[in-house]
Amino acid sequence: MSQAHATSMGLDSRKMAFWAFIGSECLLFGSLISTYLIYKGKSLVGPYPHEILNIPFTSFSTFDLLMSSLAMVLALAAIQRGDMKQGKTWLFVTAFLGLVFLGGQVWEFSHFMHEGLGLTTNLFGSTFYVLTGTHGTHVTVGVIWLLTLWVQALRGKLGPGQALTVEITGLYWHFVDVVWIVIFTVVYLIQ
Amino acid sequence: MSEQGRAGEVHATTGTYLRVAAILVIVTFIEVGIFYVPAFQGVLVPLLLALSALKFTLVVMFYMHLKFDNRFFMFLFGGPLLLALVVVIGLLFLFFGAVRLRAGM
Amino acid sequence: MKSWLTTTDHKRIGLLYFWTAFGFFLLGGLEALVIRAQLAKPEGIGVSAEFYNQMFTMHGTTMVFLALMPLSAAFFNFIIPLQIGARDVAFPRLNAFSYWVFLLGGLFINASFLAGPLFGADRLSVAPDGGWFGYANLTSKQFSPGPNIDFWLLGLQILGIASLAAGFNFIVTILNMRAPGMKMLRLPAFSWMTLVTQFLVITAFPVITVALVLLMFDRFFGTHFFIPAGGGDPILWQHLFWLFGHPEVYILILPAMGIVSEVLPTFSRKPLFGYTVVVYSGVLIGFMGWGVWSHHMFAAGLGPIADSVFSATTMLIAVPTGVKIFNWIATLWGGQLRFPTAMLFALGFVSMFIIGGLSGVSHGSPPADLQQTDTYYVVAHIHYVLFGGTMLGLFAGMYYWWPKMTGRQLSETLGKWHFWLTFVGMNLAFFPMHFSGLLGMPRRIYTYGAELGVTGFNVVSTIGAFLIGAATLVFFVNLLRTRRHGAPAGNDPWGGATLEWAIPSPPPVYNFTVIPQVASRLPLWRTERQAPMAPLPLTPPAPIHVPGGSWWPMFTAFGLPVMAIGALSHQVWLVLVGVAVVITGIYRWAYEPFEV
Repeated sequence: MSQAHATSMGLDSRKMAFWAFIGSECLLFGSLISTYLIYKGKSLVGPYPHEILNIPFTSFSTFDLLMSSLAMVLALAAIQRGDMKQGKTWLFVTAFLGLVFLGGQVWEFSHFMHEGLGLTTNLFGSTFYVLTGTHGTHVTVGVIWLLTLWVQALRGKLGPGQALTVEITGLYWHFVDVVWIVIFTVVYLIQ
Repeated sequence: MSEQGRAGEVHATTGTYLRVAAILVIVTFIEVGIFYVPAFQGVLVPLLLALSALKFTLVVMFYMHLKFDNRFFMFLFGGPLLLALVVVIGLLFLFFGAVRLRAGM
Repeated sequence: MKSWLTTTDHKRIGLLYFWTAFGFFLLGGLEALVIRAQLAKPEGIGVSAEFYNQMFTMHGTTMVFLALMPLSAAFFNFIIPLQIGARDVAFPRLNAFSYWVFLLGGLFINASFLAGPLFGADRLSVAPDGGWFGYANLTSKQFSPGPNIDFWLLGLQILGIASLAAGFNFIVTILNMRAPGMKMLRLPAFSWMTLVTQFLVITAFPVITVALVLLMFDRFFGTHFFIPAGGGDPILWQHLFWLFGHPEVYILILPAMGIVSEVLPTFSRKPLFGYTVVVYSGVLIGFMGWGVWSHHMFAAGLGPIADSVFSATTMLIAVPTGVKIFNWIATLWGGQLRFPTAMLFALGFVSMFIIGGLSGVSHGSPPADLQQTDTYYVVAHIHYVLFGGTMLGLFAGMYYWWPKMTGRQLSETLGKWHFWLTFVGMNLAFFPMHFSGLLGMPRRIYTYGAELGVTGFNVVSTIGAFLIGAATLVFFVNLLRTRRHGAPAGNDPWGGATLEWAIPSPPPVYNFTVIPQVASRLPLWRTERQAPMAPLPLTPPAPIHVPGGSWWPMFTAFGLPVMAIGALSHQVWLVLVGVAVVITGIYRWAYEPFEV
């Protein structure tokens, strides 16, 4: 999908499509967050959020994801200026930090299950796992995407000519981070 | 394939990115801090919402480059974002607000 | 044949959409005829309650998702690039992907008619039976234990992906691929309405996706999102569904409004009156369409404040709609009117949509709606706006653009028979429903007692429905006939104003020999300010690169029903196979050399 022709808005079509996609995702996560908020406090049985949510641990996850966004912009900047060595490194760091986040989610989920909060235990469990699970799935897709680019870079097939692809990858990754910012506040901090 | 950036074509530098990262970390610390300090309980919700909105805006404007890109992308993202906010608020009103004066409730 | 399977050409994809959607339209029509035959008299023809539920569910689901939307998509695909002066859409392979996903989703959901034995059911058909809107908690495992609802919620998720992909594609196409000089306010009205529709698609479909996923979790994994015993609130389903559902009805009507906004001016030999106002009204309808959803829930007990707010917003949305109607009438006024079939259908649209709009306004009053809701009065409203509106508008588009799409004219004689039979048939079918509804005949009942006093109305409705069926057959014959007997159409059989009429019928694969420079909203007409556009050269000055086909969109699309079948049959390995197909397809697609 190369952009060999002039466009009527002077904008790259893939970038435009991706921003439209991100807009669409706002409605997806908005609906999930609405469901979470509507059922907040409505669980018939515990465990309840204040009993089980681990703020220090989740703060670390949040910090991790924020740093991964930093790594992403550094990766993009490097690739845009042709510094593929830095580009490769930062791409890997981004993916790695994403994996750390996922690892944290896996740990958190299994810890919660151990404490008696399953998907079907109560409304808190259902809405929590579906919301954060959807987010986690998005992170997983992002990690696979980043690693794909990293492998491409290792093979010498990623360069400044593909900066737009990396930029779009970044848009996806930052969006996933931004959704987490909202989830962290709405689910964890506002109990 | 050059894009039409906004007037000024100012691009964020590595320094900007690092500064933004620092602010994001500091704000996160503040958020967690507010969470634990009992004195803030009263204003917890609006304060946390405002702080997370700040983080959201910083990431979108700087890391996603929206501040420097063509205005149209802001519209393409901002429109649905605004819509999502309105939908969330509308649903909250419908489920929790004064509108909930059902017969017999 | 292979070229059709791998095609990424918007014109071919448009034709694929057309024939597939038309096939589903006939199927949905058959379902309607079963309904009408059953309701012709009390006790009907002996259709069981269970099968009847499947009939009205599949009729609604098929018509909305497999007929009306894809028929509109046929025109989005074929006509939009031509109207904006482009060689294709922004993402041709994504376009093909949308088509294949639609076809496979439609086949998946209809496979339920034959899948009973696979699920140990005591009947052949396990088609969805919870209504096209699938209200919770009727759709819970407790009250719908069979696989019927699973087919529904999985099928709709597949179809949603097709619509979303097309939404992104057409937004970018219309905004970013216009010919030089084609400013936004020079875009044909059909292109504008399509643009608004696609924004509605990409914002509304995620909401129903969430609703369907939550329902899926309830049914597959035992959550209680919509189950009161677990703390869930079935009203949440209604909110999520109608948050999607109301924008969806604008998704259904705006393209037809766009078509009519093209046809009326052409056959009045007069520009669309108040083009700018019509465009802005369309945009306004798009925005305001998000503020009215709970008018579908006036009987759900939301309370007087919510009811009042939504009543007010609903009344307000009648304004931009009414504005458009006045503009269409003003377009006709003083024009040199000609009445080929396309024009008859466009006029039919305006008149029937007014009737449907009026019953809609009456629904906007909660006290009135409390009597109307869940009765045949609503069925009357729906069908006046969706059949009298959208379908007549789509027929207008078919007669208008068929020559462009195929290079052949449709028979005007058969066309007029089609129109009048349809017009009489639909009014016979749906007008009495206003009365039977107000007399208390509920929706979705498989029989009724003679003492209700609505038998006469039902008989008339059934006659009307079968007339529509006959009319549609006439049309089908017309379609098939033109392949051999249709008069060849030149570039511009109607004297149209917009760019699609500047090129041969059917267009060459590259559409335009030279991308035109656009200087007005009506490039092919002489206006006060502008001479008509000079004819385009007959052959391209230099060879034009046209992208080839690709297998990967279809390949990737196949992964989705595989995932769905895996889910349906509770075989996780099959779901994973489907995921693997999708991922493989995406990788091969991404790395395939493909130049637009």
